[in-house]
Amino acid sequence: MTDIAWIELALTAARPQALGALLRYFRDLDTAEEAFQEACLRAIRTWPDKGAPRDPAAWLIFVGRNSGIDAVRKRSKNDPLPEETAFSDLSDAENDLADRLDNSNYRDDILRLMFICCHPDLPNTQQIALALRIVSGLTVPQIARAFLVSEAAMEQRITRAKARVAKAGVPFETPGPAERAERLGIVAAMIYLVFNEGYSAGITNPDNAAFCEEAIRLGRLLLRIFPAEPEIMGLTALMMLQHSRARARFDGQGQIILLDDQDRSLWDRKLIGEALVLLDKAIRHRQPGPYQVQAAISALHARAARPEDTDWKEIDMLYGLLERIQPSPVVTLNRAVAVSKLEGPEAALDLIAPLAEKLDGYFYFHGVRGGLLMQAGRNGEARVAFDRAIALANSPAECAHIRQQIDKLGAVASPAE
Amino acid sequence: MLYAILCYAHEETVFAWSKEEEDAVMARLHAVQEPMARAGKLGPTGRLMPTTAATTVRKGKDEPLVLDGPFAETKEALLGFYTVDVDTLDEAIAFSKQLSAVNPGSTSYEIRPFYVFHPGEMKT
Repeated sequence: MTDIAWIELALTAARPQALGALLRYFRDLDTAEEAFQEACLRAIRTWPDKGAPRDPAAWLIFVGRNSGIDAVRKRSKNDPLPEETAFSDLSDAENDLADRLDNSNYRDDILRLMFICCHPDLPNTQQIALALRIVSGLTVPQIARAFLVSEAAMEQRITRAKARVAKAGVPFETPGPAERAERLGIVAAMIYLVFNEGYSAGITNPDNAAFCEEAIRLGRLLLRIFPAEPEIMGLTALMMLQHSRARARFDGQGQIILLDDQDRSLWDRKLIGEALVLLDKAIRHRQPGPYQVQAAISALHARAARPEDTDWKEIDMLYGLLERIQPSPVVTLNRAVAVSKLEGPEAALDLIAPLAEKLDGYFYFHGVRGGLLMQAGRNGEARVAFDRAIALANSPAECAHIRQQIDKLGAVASPAE
Repeated sequence: MLYAILCYAHEETVFAWSKEEEDAVMARLHAVQEPMARAGKLGPTGRLMPTTAATTVRKGKDEPLVLDGPFAETKEALLGFYTVDVDTLDEAIAFSKQLSAVNPGSTSYEIRPFYVFHPGEMKT
């Protein structure tokens, strides 16, 4: 790894903390971003010779703050100088600053930076784009490629989203415990959105697959500043477990491989190990939440050396728990798979029958239902369900997967049908 | 003399390495360790998961407290360790310098002599 490559990693790693502090200081996202950018340029100029500072974030905040003040002064040459009190107290010593960073300010800085990307008026895709731009520091062309839109269109989307955030007003006052917990939940959901964007679209677009790793990085970051939050442990574990199967989820042609058929030797054991530790830590808190329960379900798959070793009884129980804490027809649909393993396809079909109306427009509902009907030998009905699934598929890979199922159907279909 | 050599680094950066970067660094570190191992001077070594996976047990008022996270919040976290059996401190320092040279970024090595050392036996 070259020095510059390492410096870029260090700058990315320091970004949320440094930019978050500059935002608190300047109270304006554009000014903060410019100041951070300038500090990064100086880092790239000076670190290779002088060596990297021990605390890159503190260095970037210090340098960014000074360059930001210069910029504000230049811009307002004809305006009266900004009042010194508009800034927090000025200090020239990096050591001083580093000491002060150790206080609890910085975790609220990072949380705030993430939180402003989650404005409820912004649609999910814009929240994801904004977070990748602001928190992760991805470039507009990188994000545009991932979303398969032109750079100009993405630039416009991000500019609009930023304007919306600015108009809404960034909450600068230190949040109270209840408010902090609420923000944390909203930010966790946003990180999971980033993950899912990579998870679902990753195969057709490799630019997207990197989102999974970025989301895990953000999860670890959140966990570092909120080390005792079981749901953040659960979320991070869940993402790690899902991502641990990345190399096994698709075949060479990009076709989906279902969990039962995956080559488990391709699963990332290192990531699974870390996830299982986080889950163990979370469970000790005895405050179950949706992320923890989903991670626990995923962990049961990860622990099974072969598909037939899977503890479906426990999975069924955990889906039952998830239905209670976060009732949703999709959860019941997932539970049906466990029920089919325990009691057979007819029992599972009975379970999902009441969901037909609510999930009629949902690809997975018809895909799962078709699979269950096929297992039950009801091939004619299975064909209808699969046709419906194809019509609702979100990607060519999903479409191809259902076609494969239909092919299997043809192979076992009796002439009587 | 037996030494533990403790490796400290910025974990945000280390755990952001891509697979390729990671493999390259590990290969270079392995090349440094190999002669030590061949000379019979390298004992157990280990790489630690991020501090987010850590748990700390502290003395409590009634019973010990179990806390999430590492023992201390530090800029550079303890991320790995080596045990070496060398004749002089200089040799331990020389080995650490070699490790440092092939490790990107600001990695530090703390050299701590052992009083007692039991390699132990584990099933896995």
